[in-house]
Amino acid sequence: MSSPARSATLRDSLGLGLAVGLYGVAFGAAAVGAGLSTWQAVALSALMFTGASQFALVGVLGAGGGAFAAVGSALLLGSRNTLYGVRLAPMLAPRGWLRRAGTAQLVIDESTAMAVAAPDRELGRLAFWVTGGSVYVCWTAMTLVGALGAGGLGETAEAALDAVVPAAFLALLWPRLQRSATEAGVQRRVALGGAVVALALTPFVPAGLQVVLAVVAVLLAGRPRAVAA
Amino acid sequence: MWTAVLVGAVGCYLLKLAGLSVPAAWVQHPLVTRVVEFVPAALLAALVAVQAATSGRDLVLDGRLVGLAVAALALALRAPFIVVILLAGAAGALVHVLGG
Repeated sequence: MSSPARSATLRDSLGLGLAVGLYGVAFGAAAVGAGLSTWQAVALSALMFTGASQFALVGVLGAGGGAFAAVGSALLLGSRNTLYGVRLAPMLAPRGWLRRAGTAQLVIDESTAMAVAAPDRELGRLAFWVTGGSVYVCWTAMTLVGALGAGGLGETAEAALDAVVPAAFLALLWPRLQRSATEAGVQRRVALGGAVVALALTPFVPAGLQVVLAVVAVLLAGRPRAVAA
Repeated sequence: MWTAVLVGAVGCYLLKLAGLSVPAAWVQHPLVTRVVEFVPAALLAALVAVQAATSGRDLVLDGRLVGLAVAALALALRAPFIVVILLAGAAGALVHVLGG
């Protein structure tokens, strides 16, 4: 099996995995900056392994928040992985506890987005494992690099990293907004709503929480139409 | 500190596991499939906005927005993913070097 679609899936999944994994440098640096030890930073990447929650946790700790608030915001952000799992379960259908336990750890933004965007079930599974696996390895390794080299990273490199992350999310969003996508009009309204609500809430809620609230708000706003459809 | 790290990690893992473990009947409910269909668009758009234009509780305009505009242009021209993010990173770095 080496169809063009399969190669494209492999290339995109690995590319995303490496790119997102590189951002682990920023997390490692941020974690140590917030007062965590190098091994605590690496443990978060290896065990928690969901970037937004990790940033939220060290962000709250670094801002002087308590462990309760830190864990709470990490869990709130991590709750979207539950929805992802629901979405992925029929596609991945992990058999047995051990396999399900291993699969669960890789359920994150990137692996879900790549799996869902794949043209069919088999490529979806490939995209999930390759993206999840490559992000896991790179993210954890680069967290160690970032934690050890915290402060050593040049400002220009940081500026580049900062610009890469929103661009990566935009690239994932893009295909959903094209005319060829199913219900592109609704997807566009949903996306615009999510972005506007998130920005509007930013000054008023703890960092990171606005993303979750924006998703909930948009879904609540769209619920009547969703039921009718 | 270790307590927060470990409790948070276990909690986040259980949230992931829960998603894979709910009964199939839930998953096939029309409302659930409908909601899940639109979660990524809302979530990704919110992440784009927050990652590109905020810092803590402030709205911030800097090189990240330039990188985002470059990425949008590259996407419109159907550039591959890796090219899109490399261009965005280069744009962000350039703005910083130019004193942004």
